[in-house]
Amino acid sequence: MILQQSQTLSQWLQTDAPVSARQAAAGKTYRAIRSIVANPAALAGLIIILLLIAVAFLAPFLARGISPIAQDLDNRLHAPDLAHWFGTDELGRDIYSRTLYGARVTLAMVLLVSVIVVPIGLAVGTLAGFLGGWIDSVLMRITDIFLAFPRLVLALAFAAALGPGIENAVIAISLTAWPPYARIARAETVTISKSDFISAAKMQGASTWRILFKHIVPLCLSSVIVRLTLDMAGIILTAAGLGFLGLGAQPPTAEWGAMVSAGREVILDQWWVATIPGVAIFIVSLGFNLLGDGLRDVFDPKST
Amino acid sequence: MVDDQIGRTNAASHALKRAGSFISSLALTFLGLTAITFLISRMTKIDPVLAIVGDKASKEVYDKTYAMLGLDKPLIVQYGGYLRKLLSGDMGTSVLTSQPVLTDLIHVFPATFELATVAIVMGVLIGVPGGVIAAARKGHWQDQVIRVVCLFGYSIPVFWLGLVGLFVLYGKLGWVSGTGRLDIGYDDIVTTRSGILLIDAALEGQWDIFRNAFSHLILPASILAYFSLAYIARMTRSFMIDQLSQEYIIAARIKGRSYWGAVWKHAFPNIMVPLITVIGLSYASLLEGAVLTETVFAWPGLGQYITRALFNSDMNAVLGGTVLIGMVFIGINLFCDFLYKIFDPRLRSA
Repeated sequence: MILQQSQTLSQWLQTDAPVSARQAAAGKTYRAIRSIVANPAALAGLIIILLLIAVAFLAPFLARGISPIAQDLDNRLHAPDLAHWFGTDELGRDIYSRTLYGARVTLAMVLLVSVIVVPIGLAVGTLAGFLGGWIDSVLMRITDIFLAFPRLVLALAFAAALGPGIENAVIAISLTAWPPYARIARAETVTISKSDFISAAKMQGASTWRILFKHIVPLCLSSVIVRLTLDMAGIILTAAGLGFLGLGAQPPTAEWGAMVSAGREVILDQWWVATIPGVAIFIVSLGFNLLGDGLRDVFDPKST
Repeated sequence: MVDDQIGRTNAASHALKRAGSFISSLALTFLGLTAITFLISRMTKIDPVLAIVGDKASKEVYDKTYAMLGLDKPLIVQYGGYLRKLLSGDMGTSVLTSQPVLTDLIHVFPATFELATVAIVMGVLIGVPGGVIAAARKGHWQDQVIRVVCLFGYSIPVFWLGLVGLFVLYGKLGWVSGTGRLDIGYDDIVTTRSGILLIDAALEGQWDIFRNAFSHLILPASILAYFSLAYIARMTRSFMIDQLSQEYIIAARIKGRSYWGAVWKHAFPNIMVPLITVIGLSYASLLEGAVLTETVFAWPGLGQYITRALFNSDMNAVLGGTVLIGMVFIGINLFCDFLYKIFDPRLRSA
């Protein structure tokens, strides 16, 4: 970056006349971060998500070396105390440690679903929007059909057919979660392809693929990411629901939904077994909802 | 006079066209839905032939059954067969109950219908006024409270809220009854007419049973209602904010209408049309929420039927339930679309 001597960093970031594309992008990011930090709800959401990431990475350390799967049958269903901060479950496993390690499963599922869903949605949406004609009609019809389907039930049926497990739960959720992204990407593409710079690229002889990947996809990304953040809570709740029904992570893996399910039988006497992992799910999805709302306010002020 | 007639024929042909596009989009979506469930049934690791002949059968018997089930035919032909059976109401037999899946579904559906209907009524009665008040008092404490209530509704896992509700309201306070639809002592007293216990008990004048059924219903229904309330209130709020910024509101105020008079008498009627769609959609999604809620509350409805089938690898039952929920979902979706076009005067006279 070329910082002129009379300029401070904040002036360089906030200038109305950026001299390079990189400066413009940096300035845009800077303004977005500032408006998120200025919005207390969005900031709270961001902090919760950063905490989730930190907990997932530092789980062994934060759990004070207690294994999430070590059974201690003498200490079954032990109430919370100093040795077991959140009590123990029906096999005497430490719920505090299991809750921390559960963050890893949740984070992994969320990341995997995003990595699958965004490319599929972008591919279907941009192709439909850019090529138009019958390809557009066919792709959008398929999207509509998936969109019309109740999400959890479809994910349930997929997960039941594929068999239980984290990977299959991720596939099942992804199969039901991509349509909104295709819709958004298509809408953006239709607008973008009418712009002059796309015609200019075409006249210079750019191939369809080049235009799609180099010009259209990058411009669709920001609205797709906002939508993804808003969807995250739903994805987490669906994943936890599948786990609760026994279709997600399999024992002895610590997964929040499955942990709540394990506490069902003893809810009336040992409330902590089911309650604490549920609070974890709630906090994390609240975090994504708060951040998503904030991001939408920043990037798309119209829809609030 | 002639103009009038032309207008009428135009309107009639318009209505026909609309009905045509409605039916074709219904048919297309139905085809898509069944294609997806058909593919899911082909994805299972359970060998349908082995399930019938057992693993001791000879190769000959196996091949014969394989051909008999039509598994040697191309996928598209198999799908055609599946569709034909489905249209005649044949969803196969449930392994678990050894009854036709359709019979099972008819048997369990009323319980879910009762739960979802009570929930949507509660959701509308609280959510709509809540959204209107939030919009009218935008930025004030009422708005903030409703915003937080909605935000929580979007973030809380429904199955967890059910468990906590059971723990507090049934276990600790004893205000409501526990799981199931009735206390064990009341089972099988009322004859099943509609399958909806509140109605059946009332018809026979069994008020004890009515009260008992109600005390079982109220908690799961309230929990489902909370989730639809969050969605309905949020949408109502944004529709109302849109209307309240229009000039006719200012005109009404200048004319001397009170603020709340303008809100309820002028702005509110204008959001009725989109509101119908929102209510329809949230009613449909209640069916989905019912899957998890029914599991928690041991509510013998569609959701519990599907999850029980899941664990017993009863694919016919799972797919039958999925098709039913999918069809109700699509039906409500399209019906709302249709209502939207009929009730909105701007869309009526194109």
